[in-house]
Amino acid sequence: MSEMKRQSGRAAQEQVHYANMLFYGCWGGLAVMVLTYLVYITGILTPHVPLNQVPLLWTKPAHTYLETANIPVGWGWLALVGQGDFLNFVGIVLLAGMTIICYIPLIPAYLKRGEKTFAIIALAEILVLLVAASGVVGGGGH
Amino acid sequence: MKMHHVSLPAKIALFVMSGVLLCAVAALASGGADAGTASAAAAEVAKAGAQLGGDAATPWWLWPLVLLFFCFVLGIIAVLAGVGGGVLYVPLVSGFFPFHLDFVRGAGLMVALAGALAAGPGLLKRNFASLRLALPVALIASSCAIVGAFLGMALPTNVVQLCLGGTIMFIAVLLLVSKNTAHPHVEKQDAVGIALGMNGAYIDPSTSELVEWKTHRTLPGLLLFIIIGVMAGMFGLGAGWANVPVLNLLMGAPLKVAVGTSKFLLSITDTSAAWVYLNKGCVIPLMAIPSIIGLMLGSFVGVRLLAKAKPTFIRYMVIGVLLLAGGKALMKGLGI
Repeated sequence: MSEMKRQSGRAAQEQVHYANMLFYGCWGGLAVMVLTYLVYITGILTPHVPLNQVPLLWTKPAHTYLETANIPVGWGWLALVGQGDFLNFVGIVLLAGMTIICYIPLIPAYLKRGEKTFAIIALAEILVLLVAASGVVGGGGH
Repeated sequence: MKMHHVSLPAKIALFVMSGVLLCAVAALASGGADAGTASAAAAEVAKAGAQLGGDAATPWWLWPLVLLFFCFVLGIIAVLAGVGGGVLYVPLVSGFFPFHLDFVRGAGLMVALAGALAAGPGLLKRNFASLRLALPVALIASSCAIVGAFLGMALPTNVVQLCLGGTIMFIAVLLLVSKNTAHPHVEKQDAVGIALGMNGAYIDPSTSELVEWKTHRTLPGLLLFIIIGVMAGMFGLGAGWANVPVLNLLMGAPLKVAVGTSKFLLSITDTSAAWVYLNKGCVIPLMAIPSIIGLMLGSFVGVRLLAKAKPTFIRYMVIGVLLLAGGKALMKGLGI
């Protein structure tokens, strides 16, 4: 069935499903990103780093920026999400997390068709991305 | 200018651009709300920041606004030249803007990631991006992009600048000499390609014909994605410039599938590297978000202009700009 579909020029079911999830997740993430940025620059929520201080810090290496502005690494930003600048990370993380979310339904889809290799590849990719997202590899080592 | 000739996405792009600009002006008119509402913690940060020195006279909104316009133009040029936004963004912004390379690479990855995520659904539905081709490649490239991201942050900035300069100049030469093939001839699929089922078909909209494809030289192709992944993570460039020749010229995927799958691949490869940069605090929203928005809006307008523009001229112009930016990165790396 899948082989027939592949040779018909039409996208496979799991590929269409992935595309639909990605479409809503990506545009939703971008919309959140724009909204939170407007909240940030209009000063509706007080930022952790005052806006007029950011240009002094972005010319320095990341470790200087983190130390000077007392910025947490890894997922530490969650504790500061109520502040204007860190609120922006909600949209950014949504975008960065979309691939992980879209990969999850691929595993049962491939297993159902007996394609164990692709199910394992999808699982391995999720694990790789989760390790990267978790910050456990080299986290905090500025 | 007759507005009814402009497509809906381009109109939306222009509308959003105007909205963002209005809000920036509103923020400016508010007299810097940050100054009045800064908390005690923010005041401490301000004190520490002041000790760093730097150009305190420059208003905070200036560079994000310039970046928004710059990336808007960059988005148009990138589409017309057929290159990803990241490959132009990192060398140009690191060369001509005041941001440290750490933050430029972090923002560059987010720019490339957002563009790839937005393009992904359309490419997947039209079968120009193939999950069967992308999944094994993505696993290799994304794992190596993590290594590349750590390498990029562990090495001294001048070394990364030097490597970046060399890579950018190499990309410019690659763009100049590489001749991709629309439909590479694949005599016989290799064992790895057969085992992974790396084949498919798509309907070419220009001819309405069914184009079937399969890969060969799959193993060397997969191995090359180790290097591509490391470079994507190390420089925050995106890697379409390398993905397309490997998928098309080496592995034998048709050009449309190579371009589509490459763009989709970036959404996976750049995700892993982007997480590393995010966790390391290398993404500053004040500069990263205008870059993403500007580039995406520029891409919408660029797609509309594609029919009227002269791509060959734009391509040569981009090659020239890349050589200039590469040279600038090399000089920065050498401390000149």
